[in-house]
Amino acid sequence: MTVVAGVHEPALALHVEDLTASYAHQAVLWDVDLNVPPGVLAAIVGPNGAGKSTLLRCIIGALRPNAGHVYVHGRPYREQRRRVAYVPQRTSVDWDFPTTALDVVTMGLYGRLGWFRRPRRTEADEALEALAMVGMDAFADRQIAQLSGGQQQRVFLARALVQDADLYLMDEPFAGVDATTERAIVDLLKDLRARGKTVVAVHHDLQTVATYFDWLALLNVRVIAQGPVTEVYTAENLRAAYGPRVVLLGATEGAPAAAAASPAGGPPAEEARTPVA
Amino acid sequence: MDIIALLGDFTVRSVALGAALVGLVAGALGSFALLRRQSLLGDTLSHAALPGIALGFLVSGSRSLTPILAGALISGALAALLVLLLTRTTRIKDDAALGVSLSLFFAVGTVLLTYAQRQVGAAQAGLDAFLFGQAAAVLPADLTLIGGVGVAALLALALLWKEFKAVTFDADFARSLGLPVLALEALLTLLIAVAVVIGLQLVGVILMVALIVAPAAAARQWTRRLEGMVALAAAFGALAGVAGALVSASARGLATGPVIVLAASALVLASLIAAPERGLAWQAARSWARRRALGSHRVLVDLLRLGQDHRDPAYASEQGMLDTYFGGPTGHVLRRLRRRGLVERVEHMPEEGAHWVLTPAGRSQARELQAPFGGRPERDEGATR
Repeated sequence: MTVVAGVHEPALALHVEDLTASYAHQAVLWDVDLNVPPGVLAAIVGPNGAGKSTLLRCIIGALRPNAGHVYVHGRPYREQRRRVAYVPQRTSVDWDFPTTALDVVTMGLYGRLGWFRRPRRTEADEALEALAMVGMDAFADRQIAQLSGGQQQRVFLARALVQDADLYLMDEPFAGVDATTERAIVDLLKDLRARGKTVVAVHHDLQTVATYFDWLALLNVRVIAQGPVTEVYTAENLRAAYGPRVVLLGATEGAPAAAAASPAGGPPAEEARTPVA
Repeated sequence: MDIIALLGDFTVRSVALGAALVGLVAGALGSFALLRRQSLLGDTLSHAALPGIALGFLVSGSRSLTPILAGALISGALAALLVLLLTRTTRIKDDAALGVSLSLFFAVGTVLLTYAQRQVGAAQAGLDAFLFGQAAAVLPADLTLIGGVGVAALLALALLWKEFKAVTFDADFARSLGLPVLALEALLTLLIAVAVVIGLQLVGVILMVALIVAPAAAARQWTRRLEGMVALAAAFGALAGVAGALVSASARGLATGPVIVLAASALVLASLIAAPERGLAWQAARSWARRRALGSHRVLVDLLRLGQDHRDPAYASEQGMLDTYFGGPTGHVLRRLRRRGLVERVEHMPEEGAHWVLTPAGRSQARELQAPFGGRPERDEGATR
């Protein structure tokens, strides 16, 4: 590992190394090395209890890992917070909280505002713009409890968009949304990629992972495999992550698990853009 | 004594002012306790203040409020820490941990209070006023302290408003913004403890939780914004405080705390019943309106079906036929529909009774009502008859 004046792995949008975390002495994440090049849509996929959400929560500092470090675009996460937007699981908050959609999106600007300063007209305009990007501007003044699950998810995405980050960390953005919303969210993610942003999303659906994402990390407490989805989405790797009984659709049977446990570094961004079927 | 004369009294006026401020602070910070599901923490904080009150008196050897409140705050904070320790290190859940901590501290407090009251001057100190609250025991110097601390707590809340809001709504997201979530949560809990402590003399350790929970719960019914909820809860708290102080001052010896709590509970009850959208009365009215609409909907749809059966959209149905079909008079429903312009009465045959047809507006509404069930008449026939 080379550390030159605080710069480490500058070619990667997200670099996680040796990350180990535990709940009550039970390892939830063990020696996780995760490398995501810039400009990709990356999925973190794995069975229940694989530590996917825990990994994201460790990256953003909501949980303190036992060991390991997180670098974003070559610098420690702590210094790069403004370049990272986090979208938690929709069910992690109380949607009966007395507030409006616009107000929730405005919270995305609290980091930029800094201590004590109140959001003003400009902030409200920016938040409204972000709501428009997810097709929710008509619901700006709606009490959040009155929104459907898909609409709530879009409000959360708008809150991340308004942060204008370079790296987006999303915890199950497709959970509990209908097909129309799922389509809209996929379009949004592809739009982010087209603008050179990087998205790392916890994903649950093996059927869609190869069509929605172009980069894949298979996680089950440890990283089973990571790399371009075309190389990593193989029957062998999926069995290694999920066990022998996983139902496989479209995975290349018997393909070499070339990218399995890929060493730190990962291929450059051009390779990551490999078009997917 | 009537209220006007009471308000003319300087002491009563200043006590009412103090009670208003206590209610204001408790209402505002209680809103956060409620939204964070920490309402019962308020109960533990207030009961656990008792040993601190007794120790504050014993250590300082005087009735001065400053050491007493400081003691109350410290023992309340220790009780909150015990709750945290129990839930983090053992398998005991929140509710049980709160119960354990509350009863332990309250028992210690009762023992210490009994001991303190045997000391010289304790009877005059009126320490037992801290159990149920006694507005008459509040001195002008106490009011200055209560007021100063209360205003400071409100100022802190106003300054850190957006930070507290973010942490309360979505702590993980707040963490990702770089906010020191743990410190903010600790500070918020401390401010709630401060709100509890400054009310102890007026409301008492046993009932103080009501002033934290009740105004916030009442305010929650009326508003959809955090700003509105906190402002309204503060107003409700102040109202309950003033009412309690005045009633207690007019009736000699009546403890202030219970009166304040009764006033706050009345506000909760009124809010639960009357508040728009969430209130019980509102919901009952809406369900009554829906029930009434049900009859109209059935008549509309059946008029449409009769027309479809006869392949004549302008088919005039005889009222007696509708009565028979519904097993009761439909005249009042038809007249209501006519007032809304959905049906029209027509003369069909002079020897027969009233006939009714759908207006174009009625037909389109009937189709809308039918739509969720497939809409197509041939499917309806098989499905419902």
